[in-house]
Amino acid sequence: MAEPFLSIQQVRKAFGATTVVQDFNLDVEPGEFVSFLGPSGCGKTTVLRMVAGFEEPSAGKIVVAGKDITRLKPNQRNVGMVFQAYALFPNLTVAQNIGFGLKVAGMPKADADRRVAEMLDLIKLPQMGDRYPYQLSGGQQQRIALARAIAPKPKLLLLDEPLSALDAKVRVSLREEIRSIQKKLGITTVFVTHDQEEALSISDRIAVMYGGKAEQVGTPFEIYNRPATKFVANFVGTLNVLEGTVTDAASGKVRVNSQEVSLQGKLNGSKSGDTLSLALRPEAISLGRHPGRDASLSGEITEVHFLGSVIRVRVGIGGSTVSLDTFNSPAAPPPAVGEKAEISFSSGDMLVLH
Amino acid sequence: MKQGSRFWAWLVFGVGTTYFVLPLVATFEFSLRKRRGEYSFDAYRSVFEDPNFQATFTYSVVVAIFTILLGVLLVVPTAYWIRLRLPHLRPVVEFITLLPLVIPAIVIVFGYIRMFGSNSTLPFLATARGTDALLVIGYAVLALPYMYRAVDTGLRTIDVRTLTEAAQILGAGWTTIIARIILPNVLIAVLSGAFLSFAIVIGEFTMASLLNRPAFGPYLQNIGANSAYEPSALALISFAITWGCMSLIQILSRFAPRSANRPN
Repeated sequence: MAEPFLSIQQVRKAFGATTVVQDFNLDVEPGEFVSFLGPSGCGKTTVLRMVAGFEEPSAGKIVVAGKDITRLKPNQRNVGMVFQAYALFPNLTVAQNIGFGLKVAGMPKADADRRVAEMLDLIKLPQMGDRYPYQLSGGQQQRIALARAIAPKPKLLLLDEPLSALDAKVRVSLREEIRSIQKKLGITTVFVTHDQEEALSISDRIAVMYGGKAEQVGTPFEIYNRPATKFVANFVGTLNVLEGTVTDAASGKVRVNSQEVSLQGKLNGSKSGDTLSLALRPEAISLGRHPGRDASLSGEITEVHFLGSVIRVRVGIGGSTVSLDTFNSPAAPPPAVGEKAEISFSSGDMLVLH
Repeated sequence: MKQGSRFWAWLVFGVGTTYFVLPLVATFEFSLRKRRGEYSFDAYRSVFEDPNFQATFTYSVVVAIFTILLGVLLVVPTAYWIRLRLPHLRPVVEFITLLPLVIPAIVIVFGYIRMFGSNSTLPFLATARGTDALLVIGYAVLALPYMYRAVDTGLRTIDVRTLTEAAQILGAGWTTIIARIILPNVLIAVLSGAFLSFAIVIGEFTMASLLNRPAFGPYLQNIGANSAYEPSALALISFAITWGCMSLIQILSRFAPRSANRPN
């Protein structure tokens, strides 16, 4: 593994008696795009602000490119940052905003102008240099903010929920643009978001945070398919949770609503008689029996929602409800509420939540 | 019903306008009567030709400019820092800035004379320049309630914390942040405070008189005590200056860059 470019080591942050970040560790490789994902108040923005220098850690250290920056002021860190509220300087034009960091650094005017033009081309807004921020849309303002952050060639790019204030369509296009610019420049990036779709779609790795701690750090594939904790499983994606009782720990048999399912190798030391929380992603479940799916449960359809290309079906199984999506097929009528139904899945897809 | 309420509205407006305008018209009419039997601008001519008018007015303008500079240097960083780092101290600072409205100028100036007399450790009053400096400081205090409120209101229209952080992360230090980001964005508010300060300084009598400085306020009083028509002319000139300052605030806020009022 390459030497980490950003290393956050045993970082803790307390405001008075309240600890908002505890023993946070993360190594980010050069050029990597890492997202902090979590609900409000989980400490993700506080960690980012400590990396930026706006908050001082109560303990631990932050190292960038081998240099301890824990006690450095924000203006000594050579870090770029994009804020949720754009934070463009209202009294400066777009070009002056982008050139602000260059001017502060004392770059000769001709070089700075060239760099500003380069940045405007990069964000595909070459004609906007003379405009003021209030004359731009939210998406354009955020692209300018991105250009301003990367113009002085920072070592590290920090993105603090940069898409939250934008409408859904702009969000999707801008996140793709951010990712493509990040890849093009190869700049190490930390992105804070509470939107799992955003994090899953653009990150190399995700740190899912909860209660000031990193619950799991992994690739989007790992986070989604192999959640390490109950919180990660619940927070990322939609999940159907069923209660089960271990009937035979040795052979991995678990009873779910009087129906037996085999979960060999997944019980992790559970004993016979233990109650377990079992989870299934909607896309892992099919309506009816299907070849290759070794487990099934019977129930009754309680809700059917027609969503166009997809039909969302809820099936009551004992006291629980399982949600699944099936593709709309014009040739076949949709399932009806009250019908008996069997759902099938591969026991390998069932997650045991600890 | 609607017509009735409109009648009362116009009546109140008419009474208010008469209350304010009639004394001005009467003063103006009186100021034109210097020449017997006909209206003339003789009183105004006499005022403008008086070397003392020019000297005292120039002195007061210079003092006003220094007062504004001192006020801006004192208030902008203070109000900014209070908003950014010490918001819990805001009520205390607001209370302090209101004190000059409660404590009469005569009390302040007697305090200055006792504190900064020629035998004190800070003998401002020992020299004319020192007394001028003390007058500027005193005027800055008198203008504090207006300057602080104007700047604080201006700061409320921008996201001070995020703009500061955005500038910091781009490498800017405090001086750059205040001079290039904060001040330009509250410039209209600062100008409002500046013109209010100007209007206060131009007509102020108590401090200038007790510190024995050749300012416009004592000159106004002196003319009022010794002439008949010139005081009316001067009253209108002072009114025009003050009114001109207020109009400038209005005009400038209309022509202000919209960006400053719309941070995001």
